[in-house]
Amino acid sequence: MKITFPHMGNLYIPVKGLLEYLNLDVIVPPPSSQKTLNLGVKYGPEFACLPLKLNLGNLIEAREIGADTVIMAGGVGPCRFGLYSQTEKEILNDLGYDYDCLVLEPPDKHLGQFIMRLRKIIGTNSWWRVIDAIKFAYQKAYAVDLVEKKVQHLRPLEKKFGTADSIYRHVLNTINDAQSINSLQEATNLGILKLEQIPQNINSEVIRIGLIGEIYTLLEPFVSFDIEKELGKLGVQVTRSLYLSEWINSHLLMNYYKKEQSKPFAKLAKPYLNYFVGGHGRETIGYAVGFAQEGYHGLIQIAPLTCMPEIIAHTILPRVKENYRIPILTIYVDEQSGKAGFLTRIEAFIDLIKRQQENNKRRIVL
Amino acid sequence: MSIFFGIDVGSVSTNLVLINEENEVIYSSYLRTQGRPIEAIKNGLIKMLSSMPQGMDIIGVGATGSGRQLASMIVGADVVKNEITAHAVAAANQIPDVHSVLEIGGQDSKIIILDNGIVSDFAMNTVCAAGTGSFLDQQAARLGLTIQEFAALALEAKNPVRIAGRCSVFAESDMIHKQQLGHSTSDIVAGLCQALVRNYLNNVGKGKDIKAPVIFQGGVAANPGIKIAFAEALGLEIIVPKHYSVMGALGAAILAREAVAQNGKSNFSGFGLIHSDFLTSSFECKGCPNLCEVIELFVDNTLKARWGDKCNKWSDIIEDAI
Repeated sequence: MKITFPHMGNLYIPVKGLLEYLNLDVIVPPPSSQKTLNLGVKYGPEFACLPLKLNLGNLIEAREIGADTVIMAGGVGPCRFGLYSQTEKEILNDLGYDYDCLVLEPPDKHLGQFIMRLRKIIGTNSWWRVIDAIKFAYQKAYAVDLVEKKVQHLRPLEKKFGTADSIYRHVLNTINDAQSINSLQEATNLGILKLEQIPQNINSEVIRIGLIGEIYTLLEPFVSFDIEKELGKLGVQVTRSLYLSEWINSHLLMNYYKKEQSKPFAKLAKPYLNYFVGGHGRETIGYAVGFAQEGYHGLIQIAPLTCMPEIIAHTILPRVKENYRIPILTIYVDEQSGKAGFLTRIEAFIDLIKRQQENNKRRIVL
Repeated sequence: MSIFFGIDVGSVSTNLVLINEENEVIYSSYLRTQGRPIEAIKNGLIKMLSSMPQGMDIIGVGATGSGRQLASMIVGADVVKNEITAHAVAAANQIPDVHSVLEIGGQDSKIIILDNGIVSDFAMNTVCAAGTGSFLDQQAARLGLTIQEFAALALEAKNPVRIAGRCSVFAESDMIHKQQLGHSTSDIVAGLCQALVRNYLNNVGKGKDIKAPVIFQGGVAANPGIKIAFAEALGLEIIVPKHYSVMGALGAAILAREAVAQNGKSNFSGFGLIHSDFLTSSFECKGCPNLCEVIELFVDNTLKARWGDKCNKWSDIIEDAI
């Protein structure tokens, strides 16, 4: 059994760590690229959103290098993603790719059903071993986030742009290779140490932007045109509403780890949206409010085109914008999006914020 | 006299503006880009230089529009800015208390909302270019009219027909249908203007708080039919500024003045390069499955710049070498 799974940003690092801890054979698909997207667009339904197309491309590419079993997340909420594991299974089947598909989703009949599905993956491993593996995977996700947050902080400050990113790429590899908690800790500490040595411009003013929206487009830089890097170039410090470890902790581990918890987004969203609308619609609103209260200069919402939960959030955001007087830009991406138009919009948006800041300062001086 | 130069290289037109220290326009030109931006920039510069009075000294340059990087490489700009900022700056310069800017260009359209001269919100057309200048051009050509005749005809309309304007191809089928029903050309042209305005307000202007004073600019503002349709749809007076067609270039020139005032000097390299030979070529990088199309710019057969690669490995080599 050679197991693979679709990409979503750095998700491959904890998932690979988890499965290898259970002595399973793992094949990580090649990083999402134009070729991946082309494959997905060719075989996927046009009206599906971008994540399906890339997932499909990932699985086709993984099949080509020998994977025979897929682990997919399912879901039962109003977001279309819940259906994608089945859709992808059908499409792969039609294409003649013989895959064993294991869908992890909340049980709709009884808990036994879920445990049976899980047994199929974990084989003869004991439950204790499984719990250890989950802990190890969480530690990996946490390490990745720790390093990533450091990079987000450094990008607008570094003297030579791109230094932090090249260290970041290297550290991700060492974290990915770490086989034990000790070597993981070592890799993380070394990475943080290296990042702290980067020459920085002192006194440079940074703009703080909160990035909100749908999880896949937030976490996968290939689909968001490397938005965080591009914003970094424009002197912007980015904070996302979603980090992998926080998400794993709150959605899968019932907040078992207390150190890193996500914002109480449901509470923050309540005056605007007090209902679970699927996907990350409520998170988007909740975090928009949270970031605005913390004094962020602006918000960028990013989502796949036709994403229903984010469209709901998009229509509510103007009220947040009005109440907190915070600029908000919404960007939808799909396979038709072009980088030039994207850059024009974010540059104009950052200009808007910078000019507003200067104007405010002038007012204070007067 | 010290003057500032702004250049706007767009999909359809390449515009050049010279302003004095009081931000007054002393020269402007509007040229068709015709898919050859380098030639358009060079022709524009040659024309501008020949009509520039003696004693003028350019001390700052700004570039904007979709070809702004290219323009900046040829003239050495002090500021390279996106179209939204440039248009907003120019609009606030023409009408200081402007609240809403409606801009329709060749292939894009945007709306900009200002608050005390500062942009507070903006939107650009995203997935569709129905209802921009290129579409009007096409329809005028199909009716056998020049774009000027087309604009004049809209004013003669008595009963504008309703045309489905969501998609430009379907709008064309609908127009043909209305022609075959026997509607007059002027009624159809006016109907088309209304369809364009409806499309703009639904797609670009949706959810935006449009209040007076409203400025309408961009190449399409030359068409009084559209101006009237906007005034009717919004119930507001629509102001078309004097330099409506070159507002982007005007904004770039004003931004250049600000940048030079801040930096104390200019990067402007003179017009020495306009007689040089500019050549672009491209190749597909096979380094990874992204297969980026890398574009190379040669000036007098020397490689000067590369762009288009996602990972920057090709563009970095050149930057480090220069």
